[in-house]
Amino acid sequence: MAHLSLTSVGKTYAGGVDAVRDVNIEIADGEFIVLVGPSGCGKSTLLRMVAGLESVTHGDVRIGDRVVNRLEPADRDIAMVFQNYALYPHMNVRDNMAYGLKNRGETKSVIAERVAEASRMLELDPYLDRKPRALSGGQRQRVAMGRAIVRQPAAFLFDEPLSNLDAKLRVSMRGEIRRLQRRLGTTSLYVTHDQLEAMTLADRLVVLNGGRVEQIGAPLEVYHKPASVFVASFIGSPAMNLIDARVEAGRVLVGSHDIAPAATDAGPVTLGLRPEDLSLASTGLPVAVEHVEELGAQRIIHGEVAGQPIAIADSSASELGETVHVAATPGKIHLFARDTGRRIDLAAAATGLAHAV
Amino acid sequence: MQKIKPFDHLILILGTLFLCLPVFMALMSSTHTAIDIHSNGLFLTPGDNAGPTYTKVLTARGGFTGDVTGLRMLMNSMIMGIGFAVGKIVLSMMAAYALVYFRFRFATVIFWAIFTTLLLPLEVRIMPSYQVMSTLGLLNTYTGLIVPLLASATGTFFFRQFFKSVPDELLEAARIDGAGPVKFFIDILVPLSRTMMAAIFIIMFIYGWNQYLWPLLMTTDETFYTLMRGIKSILQVWVGSQIPDYNEAFALAVLAMVPPVAVVVIFQRMFIKGLTESDK
Ligand SMILES: Nc1ncnc2c1ncn2[C@@H]1O[C@H](COP(=O)(O)OP(=O)(O)OP(=O)(O)O)[C@@H](O)[C@H]1O
Ligand SMILES: [Mg+2]
Repeated sequence: MAHLSLTSVGKTYAGGVDAVRDVNIEIADGEFIVLVGPSGCGKSTLLRMVAGLESVTHGDVRIGDRVVNRLEPADRDIAMVFQNYALYPHMNVRDNMAYGLKNRGETKSVIAERVAEASRMLELDPYLDRKPRALSGGQRQRVAMGRAIVRQPAAFLFDEPLSNLDAKLRVSMRGEIRRLQRRLGTTSLYVTHDQLEAMTLADRLVVLNGGRVEQIGAPLEVYHKPASVFVASFIGSPAMNLIDARVEAGRVLVGSHDIAPAATDAGPVTLGLRPEDLSLASTGLPVAVEHVEELGAQRIIHGEVAGQPIAIADSSASELGETVHVAATPGKIHLFARDTGRRIDLAAAATGLAHAV
Repeated sequence: MQKIKPFDHLILILGTLFLCLPVFMALMSSTHTAIDIHSNGLFLTPGDNAGPTYTKVLTARGGFTGDVTGLRMLMNSMIMGIGFAVGKIVLSMMAAYALVYFRFRFATVIFWAIFTTLLLPLEVRIMPSYQVMSTLGLLNTYTGLIVPLLASATGTFFFRQFFKSVPDELLEAARIDGAGPVKFFIDILVPLSRTMMAAIFIIMFIYGWNQYLWPLLMTTDETFYTLMRGIKSILQVWVGSQIPDYNEAFALAVLAMVPPVAVVVIFQRMFIKGLTESDK
């Protein structure tokens, strides 16, 4: 068990691809960190640098108090769970779990004890003598986790461990991983491109884009206060509506419609509105309805406002005309600078509003 | 189910007979005496001379020096077959391991260089190889018989393709589990290659077993005689009114067939088992 720290870590591949640039993360002991981002953003590369499977081109990776840049994976005191499980096909479940311990020269009794403990924890007892091919995907993934657990490492590294499983199993395994991590209190670094998985698992999220960190924060913080247009569009489902707007005289305007007060400089901005923060109203922003997705508990209304697409999550059952009017929940609007895409802090605007009332 | 078509079966039966009859004929003829064969031709019925013929073939001392028995030849052939198969597997696995898992310059060039030697049959380089062995003083030794032919482009090629199909994550998992290059090879790759090894063993055993020209060149000492040469030398006594010992030649031929057949049967079972069991 240890804290992890990445200091201006970067990776340039042989071809000159900058896969990861200047990443700084401090991970506390026992924390569950999820690296999330679109495909190709460098999540796996970052994780593999921590694991020692990929060399670190810039900066330092520390596990505990050691700089591990030059250490072999086996000497870093980490364990990794791979997407395709990477179990040794010719060894049975017990040997798969024991292999790393044997190589470290643990005594037979220690190995037996740890394997027994892990298999009890993961309910793998009935399968100990089976080969991996005789297991289901979920069971194989549990064996892979067992192999990580028995080593009692300073950190667990997961690279999309659930993406080969079907949707239902993924949800239950997600819960299992989280419970296990809480119970063992082992620092974990978890890579996924599934934002729902990221939200539900993480103590803190690290959102990556193009090899850079866009935002680090608790899931709800990232959800409520996305630091950039990219984070705003990536976290949350259905995705946040991003609409070209402008600020004039302390008000946000879309076309000629007044949305909300905004105590910021006049000029073009990107207005972020989460579908779930919009509701149908008798007056407000007019939306030309295009199509409706019925999800049962709610429906997603897709439409167009001032020539730009917009989605509204609506749980009322009212009839929809050609055009509906929507209003934004006060205080739930996000503004981003049009040029940099960074968030414009609206705390000032909120206080301004309070004063006005 | 398809309807059974008598005509198809007829063709299959004829084909089987065509392939099996000569073998059967050799087996049956070997149980008759040489004179019987010489005067009556080949037989399809068992004779009564099986015991003496096989005993003689296996134990009687023959050759010019009179100290090489059938058993000795069988042993030599065994040594050739197993030496070739094992040596080639070990060598080509290690070569393929280096080619696939170690990044060194010119690896691709080296691989293609090895690969093109596939096109050169042994006969092309038989004289230079002989020269080298003779200079090293390795004529009339098992080392000289086996070692020069151990480098195997076929084996290296097959193992390389196989290693390339092993997922990278397996190597990475092993590295995290603390397995170095040697451990990874022995603990992971070798067990995973069992099927490949069985297949190559069959091919190479038979290749070694059937060697004729090479041992003929490399050995003058009759204690290194292999079965292949034994058969030939029995038929060579065609001098004067002497009748060649057809029965003994047939008996040797039958004996020469048994070990390769056994190897195929044994390893094929492993081979098929390996094929159906392994999934990566
Ligand atoms: N060995 C390599 N050599 C050169 N470039 C590489 C190599 N491996 C990855 N890259 C590049 O580095 C970038 C990041 O790759 P990485 O595998 O880390 O993405 P990822 O975020 O894990 O994506 P995914 O979600 O699809 O797994 C990509 O642009 C990829 O093309
Ligand atoms: Mg990846």
